[in-house]
Amino acid sequence: MKVGKPEELIVKGKRLDGRKFEEFRPIIVEVGTLKRAQGSAIFRFGNTYALSAVYGPRTAHPRHIQDPQKAVLRCRYSMAPFSTKERVRPGTSRRAVEISKVLNSALSNVIFFDDYPKTVIDVFVEILQADASTRCAGLNAASLALTDAGIPMKNLISSCSVGKIDGNTVLDLDGLEDNYGDVDMAVAMIGNEDKIVLLQMDGIITKEDLLKMLEVAKIGCIEIFERQKQALKERYKTGEIDVEG
Amino acid sequence: MNEVKSEVLVKERQLVIPGETLATGLDFLPSSGSFRIDNEIKAKILGLTRMKDRFVGVIPLAGVYIPKRGDGVIGFVEDMQTTMWIVDINSPYDAKLVLGEAVGEYVDLNKTDISVYFDIGDVIYAKVLNVSKSKQVSLTMNDYRTRKLIGGRILKITPSKVPRVIGKEGSMIELIKNKTKCQIIVGQNGIIWIKGEKEGLASKSILTIEKESHITGLTDKMSKLLEKEGG
Repeated sequence: MKVGKPEELIVKGKRLDGRKFEEFRPIIVEVGTLKRAQGSAIFRFGNTYALSAVYGPRTAHPRHIQDPQKAVLRCRYSMAPFSTKERVRPGTSRRAVEISKVLNSALSNVIFFDDYPKTVIDVFVEILQADASTRCAGLNAASLALTDAGIPMKNLISSCSVGKIDGNTVLDLDGLEDNYGDVDMAVAMIGNEDKIVLLQMDGIITKEDLLKMLEVAKIGCIEIFERQKQALKERYKTGEIDVEG
Repeated sequence: MNEVKSEVLVKERQLVIPGETLATGLDFLPSSGSFRIDNEIKAKILGLTRMKDRFVGVIPLAGVYIPKRGDGVIGFVEDMQTTMWIVDINSPYDAKLVLGEAVGEYVDLNKTDISVYFDIGDVIYAKVLNVSKSKQVSLTMNDYRTRKLIGGRILKITPSKVPRVIGKEGSMIELIKNKTKCQIIVGQNGIIWIKGEKEGLASKSILTIEKESHITGLTDKMSKLLEKEGG
C-alpha cells in the first residue's frame, strides 16, 4: 500500500515537504526516557521515530560469549509491527540482522571495552515509526543511550542519510525520496571528528557525486552532533552543579 | 618536539560529555573518567569534571558499580555451595563469601548445613576483601560493622551518587538518621538498608537526594524538608 510515485520529487527548487536540499526534517531528541533501563534515548527525524535502550555492563550469559579481556557489545535492531504502512512481521528478518550488525560495528569503534571484562553491554534499538533513515536515527539514539548509561566512550556517534534525487544532492531523505530517488546513502561519523564508521549505499553513482555527497553528510553529521550534545546537557540542567558531598 | 600550550579548557564541576576536550598539552594527566589522545585529555563518560593538582578527571553521573577492595556493600545471597555463598552485589560481577571469612568458629560440615548462617535470599552487609585481576570478587564478614540485615527495607540508587547520600564526613546521612530515628546502612554499591519507625520518610529523602544530587546546598534543603515532614 505504497503511496504512488509523485510526478516530480523536486518542485521549484524545493523538495516535496518544502525543505531545501540540505535541510533536515524536524529533529527531536530526548535522553533518559525509560526509567527501568540503565540508559535510554529517543531520536526523531520527522516521522522516523527510534527508541533505544541500553542495559549493562552486566554478566554475560550464555557464558561462552564472555571475553576475559573485554566487554562484549550486543545490538538488536527491530522494527515495530505498526511502524510502516504495511505490517512488519515481528521477529528477526534478514534486514534486521544486517542492521544490527552494522550498528554493532559502528558503535564498537567508540566504546572502551577494556574497562569491563567478562561483561556484556546490551543495546536495543526499536523503530516505532519508519519513514526512511531508520538506521541513522537508531544509531543516533543508541549512542545517546550508551552515554546516558555511563558507558565509557571516545566520542558520540552522529549519523545522517544523504541521497540524490533528480540530479540534486539532498540531505536526510524521507520515505518517498528513498523509494523513488536515485541514490540513498547512510553515513555515520565519530562526533565532530572526521572519521566515518558506517557507510552504506544503494544506487548507481559517479565518483565525483559520491565525494560531494560525503561532504554534505559531513556537515549534516556535525549538526546532528550538536543536537545530541545539547540534549545531553539539557538533561542535567538544573541550577548549579555540585556532586562532591 | 613540537610544543603545545598546556591549559585546562573546562571549569571545575562542569558537565561534560564523552569526547569533550578537558585539557591540552602534556603538563596535565588523565585520572578516572578521562583519557589521553595525542596532546589532548578527553572525557570518556558523562559527568562533572574534577581537578586535583595536575590530574583532570570526570565524576560519573551514571554507571554500574565496580567493586573495590575495602568497600562496604549490601548484597543478596543468591546461591549456596558446600563451603561458600554466592552474593549478588548489584554489579556485573557476582561475589563469593567463603565459610572461613563468614563464620568465626569451627564448622563441622558433616553435621551442619551452612544455611544456618546465611540462607538464599538473606541480605548481608559485607566488606570486599579482594578483587582479583580476572574480576573475582571475594567478601568478608571479619569486620565489626558487617552483619546479616534482618527486617527493614531496601532502596536502590545509582552507585555513583552514594558519596552524595553520605555527604561530607557523613553529614547528610547523620542528618537523616537523627531526624527519622532510623537505622540506615549505605552500601557503596548503591543499595541502602533502612529500618525504623519512619522508614517512609527516610527513603523519600534519600530518593530526593538521588534525584537532585547535582544541585548545591542540598544538605540545607534536606534539613528543611525533614523538619517540615518529620515535625
